[in-house]
Amino acid sequence: MSVVAQSLTSWVDGEAHLDDVTLTLEPGRIHTVLGRTGAGKTSLLRVLAGLSDVDSGDVLLDGRSLREVPPWRRETAMVYQQFINYPHLTALENVMFPLRRAKVPAAEAQRRAKEALEQVGLTHLSDRRPGALSGGQQQRVAIARALARRARILLLDEPLVNLDFKLREQLREELRGLFSGVGETVVVYTTTEPAEALMLGDEVIVMHEGRVAQVGSPAVIFETPATTAVARVVNDPPMNVIPGTLQGEHVAVRGLDLLPRASHLAGFADGPYLVGIPAPSLTFGTGPGVLATITFVEISGSETFVHVDLQGTELVVRAEGIHDVSTGDRVSMTVDPSRLFLFTEDGTLAAAPPHGRS
Amino acid sequence: MATLTLENVAQTYNPGEDPDRWALKPLELTLESGRTYALVGPSGCGKTTLLNILSGLVTPSHGRVTFDGVDVTSTPTRLRNIAQVFQFPVIYRSMTVRDNLAFPLECRGWPRSRIEERVRAVAEALGLADGLDVPASRLSADEKQLISLGRGLVRDDVAAVLMDEPLTVIDPQLKLSLRRKIRQLSDEFAPTVIYVTHDQYEAMTFAQELLVMSEGRLIQRGTPEQLFESPSSTFVGWFVGSPSMNFLRGTLERGAARVGEHLIDLAWSPPVPHGSEVTVGIRPEYIRIVDGGSHPGDASETSVHGRLVAVQDHGESRVCEIQVREQQVAVKVRREVHVPKVGSFVDLGLPRSKCLPYVEGRLATCGD
Ligand SMILES: Nc1ncnc2c1ncn2[C@@H]1O[C@H](COP(=O)(O)OP(=O)(O)OP(=O)(O)O)[C@@H](O)[C@H]1O
Ligand SMILES: [Mg+2]
Repeated sequence: MSVVAQSLTSWVDGEAHLDDVTLTLEPGRIHTVLGRTGAGKTSLLRVLAGLSDVDSGDVLLDGRSLREVPPWRRETAMVYQQFINYPHLTALENVMFPLRRAKVPAAEAQRRAKEALEQVGLTHLSDRRPGALSGGQQQRVAIARALARRARILLLDEPLVNLDFKLREQLREELRGLFSGVGETVVVYTTTEPAEALMLGDEVIVMHEGRVAQVGSPAVIFETPATTAVARVVNDPPMNVIPGTLQGEHVAVRGLDLLPRASHLAGFADGPYLVGIPAPSLTFGTGPGVLATITFVEISGSETFVHVDLQGTELVVRAEGIHDVSTGDRVSMTVDPSRLFLFTEDGTLAAAPPHGRS
Repeated sequence: MATLTLENVAQTYNPGEDPDRWALKPLELTLESGRTYALVGPSGCGKTTLLNILSGLVTPSHGRVTFDGVDVTSTPTRLRNIAQVFQFPVIYRSMTVRDNLAFPLECRGWPRSRIEERVRAVAEALGLADGLDVPASRLSADEKQLISLGRGLVRDDVAAVLMDEPLTVIDPQLKLSLRRKIRQLSDEFAPTVIYVTHDQYEAMTFAQELLVMSEGRLIQRGTPEQLFESPSSTFVGWFVGSPSMNFLRGTLERGAARVGEHLIDLAWSPPVPHGSEVTVGIRPEYIRIVDGGSHPGDASETSVHGRLVAVQDHGESRVCEIQVREQQVAVKVRREVHVPKVGSFVDLGLPRSKCLPYVEGRLATCGD
């Protein structure tokens, strides 16, 4: 009952939007697709939905090729970033609309639409037109419309990106509950936000430059990112990745003092590597340490991301809570050597810290 | 640059409407010269209304607006000497980047040499110095918005720069660099800026001071740190920070909050009678999950017992939902902290200094 993407490749104007993408998508599980803007997430969904063609490769449903199956016969439903509702129809009519178009009898269509609206918690607003609903409520109508279709493949393309952050926080939690009841449906959900991908996904698919960079459980992706690209995209702020060398008892990283070589880095040959320094493994303060200058301070939810210049090396530090520090301040930096990642020079993971593995 | 004041200003769009429903309830406000402010709050709370009253697009139905002491309440926008940046770029497509930036200055009759100098400074700050001769029509949507921002900040003689959601249409990936540029520009040129956004992160990153609004009222103003550490109301505690602050309902008993079998020590005792309702506000990052090994009986901490009902993986941290009696508490822990199995019972440590007392939705005053 699974959906298989087989070597999907698609070129547009000499640029690969999808490059040999192979995936198995299982029903009853939530697959989140994490990647930066332009990584190929929307292209993938469009190919699965039959809205875009590929230059090579195929999509199989239960082993059968969907290549010749037009979008309207694919049993897929899609929710877009820009939620689309018909302004002249009520919420209920909006949800019923595609069912009626698919010739579902009126009574049955209404029953299913009502059920879907209940799932998204909008029963009491069924008679409202979109103009009288908030952004979050409108997006829930769009999700209900997709749910009511009872499609076998449910595709959501950054559905929360245009909502304000408190709504996003709330809907994210609701979606988790909503998807757990989809049974035989294959759910694919794209996002640029690592926390969203990790929180919602049973399985996370990381895309980078049109390719699948890694597939795995949230814990595997977060704790053992296969490449520097994955390490950057799965962390917020992105992991610092800096050239360094292993030298006997030490790790030398440009800008930082010689760091002691932690036990998880034993057994690797001395020489040049890329060193991954997670933003939370860095701390700043007034005590001893290497001096850095703050270049920018960002606040994200309940964390402060402090960007610093460390003798020409740009680093970002993540501190819990909201701190009153300013651009131009001089701070001393320390790094926890037990939390460093090690990548070979071509960006492949060599060693990950054992710390906090689940 | 000017100091702006609103004296008892209110706005209703429907004359005769019940004052409880006015888009903006009577408000006293002073915005200091040279500071950056962000107006934040849920959709429909009155942010744009307040901004439009400052710009003159809306004449308030009540009260007085002054710029540096001069009454401008009914002065039209073009005579208020302000710069505005909107959600969508406002630029002249047929002009080059340079001419777009120079235009507001030419209109004010600035001498050529001064215009030249100023345009260069702003273009450099925006990272546009190399593309000054490019026609604006050839720019991407983001670059166009950057020019709008530049036009907003190019005049150093304005009373204030007003911006309404200037980054909403920008690609999320580019937002960071734009935020950074706006921040650098305003640090460098120090205009008075009032910035409306529904994005809390953007507001906190950008502004020196935040004004939190809800239902037409200014609820609290302060630095990001002040709003995070001591929200003046449960609304602000919910609105600022992610996840939101926890609120545990209880009753006052011997200066502490009685929540079921627990007596939670408070940062200070609210000045209300014994037995009154009191709500404990505590942020998820300040609660500790006490594991079997560590000693729970620290005097600065109240121990609270509950059941772990869900764990969310956020990557660097995990958010644990804990049921304490019939109430839910979110606890945010770093990834390396051991989290027990869902369903198990856990003890939480609530540091006294972080347990803020709320009475009727407002932070209680400190008695001493
Ligand atoms: N021109 C108008 N006529 C009538 N009512 C209006 C008008 N403009 C705004 N309102 C109402 O005034 C209230 C405040 O609106 P305002 O646009 O100031 O909110 P906001 O905080 O900017 O919201 P958003 O975040 O959605 O932009 C809302 O209830 C709105 O419906
Ligand atoms: Mg507005």
